[in-house]
Amino acid sequence: MSTDSSSLSRDDIAHLAQLSRLAVSDEELDLYAGQLGVVLGAVARVQDAPTADVAPTTHAVPLTNVHRPDVVTPSLPREQVLAGAPAAEDDRFRVPRILQEEA
Amino acid sequence: MSTDLTRLDVTGLRAALADGSTSAVEVTQAHLDAIAARDGALNSYLHVDGETALATAADVDRRRAAGEELGALAGVPVALKDVVVTDGVPTTSGSKILEGWRPPYDATVAERLKAAGTVLLGKTNMDEFAMGSSTENSAYGPTRNPWDHDRIPGGSSGGSSAAVAGFLAPWSIGTDTGGSIRQPAAVTGLVGHKPTYGSVSRYGLIAFSSSLDQAGPMTRTVADAALMHEVIGGYDHRDSTSIDAPAAPYVEAARQGATGDLSGVTVGVVRELGGDGHTDGYEPGVLAAFRAGVEQLRALGAEVREVSCPSFDLALAAYYLIAPSEASSNLSRFDGVRYGLRVGDDGSRDLDEVMAATRAQGFGPEVKRRIILGTYALSAGYYDAYYGQAQKVRTLIGGDFASAFADVDVLVSPTSPIVAFPIGQRVDDPLAMYAADLCTLPASLAGLPAISVPCGLSEGLPVGLQVMAPAMADDRCYRVAAALEAAQDAARGGRFLDQLAARS
Repeated sequence: MSTDSSSLSRDDIAHLAQLSRLAVSDEELDLYAGQLGVVLGAVARVQDAPTADVAPTTHAVPLTNVHRPDVVTPSLPREQVLAGAPAAEDDRFRVPRILQEEA
Repeated sequence: MSTDLTRLDVTGLRAALADGSTSAVEVTQAHLDAIAARDGALNSYLHVDGETALATAADVDRRRAAGEELGALAGVPVALKDVVVTDGVPTTSGSKILEGWRPPYDATVAERLKAAGTVLLGKTNMDEFAMGSSTENSAYGPTRNPWDHDRIPGGSSGGSSAAVAGFLAPWSIGTDTGGSIRQPAAVTGLVGHKPTYGSVSRYGLIAFSSSLDQAGPMTRTVADAALMHEVIGGYDHRDSTSIDAPAAPYVEAARQGATGDLSGVTVGVVRELGGDGHTDGYEPGVLAAFRAGVEQLRALGAEVREVSCPSFDLALAAYYLIAPSEASSNLSRFDGVRYGLRVGDDGSRDLDEVMAATRAQGFGPEVKRRIILGTYALSAGYYDAYYGQAQKVRTLIGGDFASAFADVDVLVSPTSPIVAFPIGQRVDDPLAMYAADLCTLPASLAGLPAISVPCGLSEGLPVGLQVMAPAMADDRCYRVAAALEAAQDAARGGRFLDQLAARS
């Protein structure tokens, strides 16, 4: 990706979109490169904060090790879950092929 | 001529239902009629099922007549933001990617409202996946502000705000990640409360930014907000971030506040949120209304002092890294396999291609921008400089709050630096849109409770005053907000929204 820490090129956006599984058009690449460059410039201000000895906060509520008893509880009925799927077959989600054909 | 049932707040509706002067069916029908007559213009609802609502109401009436024990809110209608999953009722989160999806279960919030006997009127419009401050990012068209149809109703819970301010629901559920309950409440003249993070279950809320998301009440009075919070709040084992501790009684706090005595309460005015040297971006009319509100708190006996929270200046930068980062992860579940849209599955494309095509067609521009930005902030080589650094700023903001609350009981600020802006004004300028959240972001990042309560008008449009409190001290928000509400109602000679009712 580009070395300038607060700009995003068209190629950067294309790469990030690919990582995010988003098909983007040429027009979108131009639009987002411009808009996200501006946003990134603004949010880069976090780098000016005096954070030398500061620990990160991942979560506002410091909870650890939340457990429940290890017992079987009912799940949603299969047909009800599959009813919301875009495609189902043989009581399963039907998915497009995952592996490419051998060349 | 009977009272217009859509003008009553929930306290009034419960009294009328209990003494038999009206029925649940009459109340529900009155709201359905209002929706049919006026929601064409407002677009506050995405889904209304009048038949089911009337059947639920009829059941309440039948059980009441039979002398059966009823839930605390039996027969009271409610509207839910469309981010709340509802069993068998279409739920889209404002996105085309979930168009037509009927969830197989209820969110805890929906389940508790159902158990209390409420009647679900419908699901309200919102910015797609709650990303926005205007409801213009909905895939189903913008919602309009009942005070001025050419202006935004706030966001992302803009359908919920417009429905309640427009008298199409007596109250509603919103969700707040960076201000999405408080800002729409402020710009439509409602009370909106973001509970302490973990105080209301997130189970069944379609996740945007999991460390920030929280559901809460949007109502016409502080008392109604406190009542709804008591019904939806409390521990839920299905949300691993749910706080398992008793909460202070909110309704009692609101009642105490409404007596108008704030002696013994210390109020801190946050300099960095509209105070001296920090007025850039704030409208003068908003600041004038806010300062008048602070003077009213002083007149009620509160001790008022200025407080400085220097890290709040970085809240916007930190939020717009943390929220998109979490969103980029959360929204990966929309893969075109288990629910919702699937595009391009014609046998020639593999899973990755179908996924990319589905997400390209199913998501709108703001969602795509945030996914791309979040993916960047989390990627190797950039993580420390962006996401990691934003998390450290989050610590600094929490520290500023802790220092402030060592000296004061609550902090106050304007809820939004601006009144409702015209539809279309900021939609192509993400940074200008994000500025609407300037005052609400610090409490979000720190997980603290914060309420917005009406505080006068600027140029004829509502202004909100925000009251922030320490974690689990939501009762302080309700007490102070109720005191201000009572003082303003007394000075005005009526409820805030009666001004809007008088115009129409």
